[in-house]
Amino acid sequence: MSENYFEINNLSVGYNKKALIEDICFDIKRGEIVTLIGPNGAGKSTILKSITRQLEIINGNVVLDGGNLKDLSFKELAVKMAVVLTERIKTELMTCYDIVATGRYPYTGRLGILSYEDQEKVEAALAAVHATELGGRDFSAISDGQRQRVLLARAICQEPDAIILDEPTSFLDVKYKLELLSILRGMAKENNITVIMSLHEIDLAQKISDKIVCVKGDRIYRYGKPEEIFDEETIKGLYEIDNGFFDPLYGSIELPRPEGEPKTMVISSSGKGIKTYRMLQKENTPFIAGILYPGDTDYQLARLLATEIIEEKPFCAISESAIEKARTAMKQCERVIYAGADIGTYNKEILDLVEEARKEGKLEEY
Amino acid sequence: MSKDNHLGFHNEVFRRRSRYVLVFAILIVAFFTITVLNINTGSVNMPVSNIFKALFLREGTEREMDIIWHIRLPRIIMTAVLGGALSLSGFLLQTFFENPIAGPYVLGISSGAKMVVALTMIVGLKYAYTLSSYSLIMAAFVGSLLSTGFILLVARRIKNMAALLVAGIMIGYICSAVTDFTVTFASDSDIVNLHNWSLGSFSGMSWSNVQVGIIVVGITTILTMAMSKPIGAFQLGEAYAQSMGVNIKVFRILLILLSSMLSACVTAFAGPISFVGIAVPFIAKGSLGTSKPLVVIPGAFICGAVFCMLCDLIARTAFAPVELSISTVTSIFGAPIVIYMMIRKRSRI
Repeated sequence: MSENYFEINNLSVGYNKKALIEDICFDIKRGEIVTLIGPNGAGKSTILKSITRQLEIINGNVVLDGGNLKDLSFKELAVKMAVVLTERIKTELMTCYDIVATGRYPYTGRLGILSYEDQEKVEAALAAVHATELGGRDFSAISDGQRQRVLLARAICQEPDAIILDEPTSFLDVKYKLELLSILRGMAKENNITVIMSLHEIDLAQKISDKIVCVKGDRIYRYGKPEEIFDEETIKGLYEIDNGFFDPLYGSIELPRPEGEPKTMVISSSGKGIKTYRMLQKENTPFIAGILYPGDTDYQLARLLATEIIEEKPFCAISESAIEKARTAMKQCERVIYAGADIGTYNKEILDLVEEARKEGKLEEY
Repeated sequence: MSKDNHLGFHNEVFRRRSRYVLVFAILIVAFFTITVLNINTGSVNMPVSNIFKALFLREGTEREMDIIWHIRLPRIIMTAVLGGALSLSGFLLQTFFENPIAGPYVLGISSGAKMVVALTMIVGLKYAYTLSSYSLIMAAFVGSLLSTGFILLVARRIKNMAALLVAGIMIGYICSAVTDFTVTFASDSDIVNLHNWSLGSFSGMSWSNVQVGIIVVGITTILTMAMSKPIGAFQLGEAYAQSMGVNIKVFRILLILLSSMLSACVTAFAGPISFVGIAVPFIAKGSLGTSKPLVVIPGAFICGAVFCMLCDLIARTAFAPVELSISTVTSIFGAPIVIYMMIRKRSRI
């Protein structure tokens, strides 16, 4: 058995024979989670529609489980691949159970009557997405989050090797987002189901995916493991964000740092300064942060928000030069905020700085 | 816990099945009641016992036998068959256009059929003495496909459902105008026939009509039943249906052919009949509490038969001896149902 489940070779996709994105090449192994990210309208959906045969492929080919996608009949494809789409479906008098049961389509007989085994599989699929209690409800009368779970159950019920999801987390609140993604991860890792999806939330994409495909312009902007993709430059380039920052370590997005001459200094460590940083950022007050060790949680955010950081080498006692820098900074500042710090043998000088600020009447404590 | 749930689903399945059985039982009882009522009433009233005698023992006065066997019975059977066909055609079109207000009449498909049948009649009667039922059905089928083809062209360009319906109504007007135009230039003897027929009526059905009707509608209905599985998949939309293994292109063509054949058959024999195609599937789905094609297809068929027989009874008897056109009666009952559908749909969204 070939190790790659999907092989996408020089694929061109688009509408009405006009290519929007060209030269798409990547391989996907069984049980991998691959996420497409990129700005709105970049063509993520177009790619997904092309590899599910909803759109005709313009050029190149897709090899699925060793066979060419074009040569597969829709029937053969249905047992290999299931989809969860963004389009809203209008149903009439259909319960969630009915919706999930449509996933059994490739397996039932001529008239589509469910066997006892089929019924058990429908129930198992509902249970897998924690939606058992929704079974008897009318599909048109449930919330978006519930709907998405039911549609995922429908895809699971189809017993595919791969599930393709187009923006499965849109309209969902945080709780459902996490739930949905953890169900997907469970499926991929435990049942070896390949998951290909598009996501808007790059932080979630970073955390769940084995591979990331960045879609932008008429080419694939980048492709690789999340570790390789998620650096500030790539994300900035992909989404063309000039005035915001991406923190690759946590996958969080920050608003731009305040511009101007800093008149405020924040003294903190061990994550105690984060609230203050954010507050100052919202006030649009530029600030200096110190004295921080690289690797401190405060340092991580200060890097993005502070105008300047006064730092010391990790695990070293605070040196005279660093203290001197901090003093100079304090002098030019109008206020010094002490947000709290964990003090140990190596950094007790911080308290001296706080005292000095107090004497000068610049100190504010939070 | 899973056992409880399983039991829960089991109960649900049982509850649903009981409902299906109940609704079908009511429909069948209604069917036979209206059949007897239909035979019973008219310009000549007959006691029920005489009807049964005439039907099953073939006993009775010559007059009674004549009325039952040559006038009322073929008409009743034809009304049932065509009513069912009309309702089913509506159901298929609603599935196809994913729109509950689609139907052969509003989409102009009946009018298209009417136009081609009228042309065929006028031209055909000039050269031949009579036209066979089959050739009229074929003419209506061609007309149906013409209108449907036009609607599809519009649907391709405009995704808006309201626009689609407006296009359908416009096609209906155009076809009616062409029909009226040709009727104006037809010879006097044709006009009388054409005029009655073009208003829609179940009167004057012969046994040979019945035979053709049953064959054509029967085959089409069986084929439709055989397609209930992909129709069910299509209810989730085209993309999902395809992902389940439905060949959408082939499916769409088959669906159009089947619905056109059904409405063509109705138009060829009884002329255009309004609202049955929308109102009846709605009632059938609502009372069965499901949209599963395997249940709705026979349900809508019987429901359509009962509805049309009732309407025909009213058309015959309300202002006897004057007979109303069938569309007059179906509109009176059907149009309010359609309005109710739209209001309910609005309020739910």
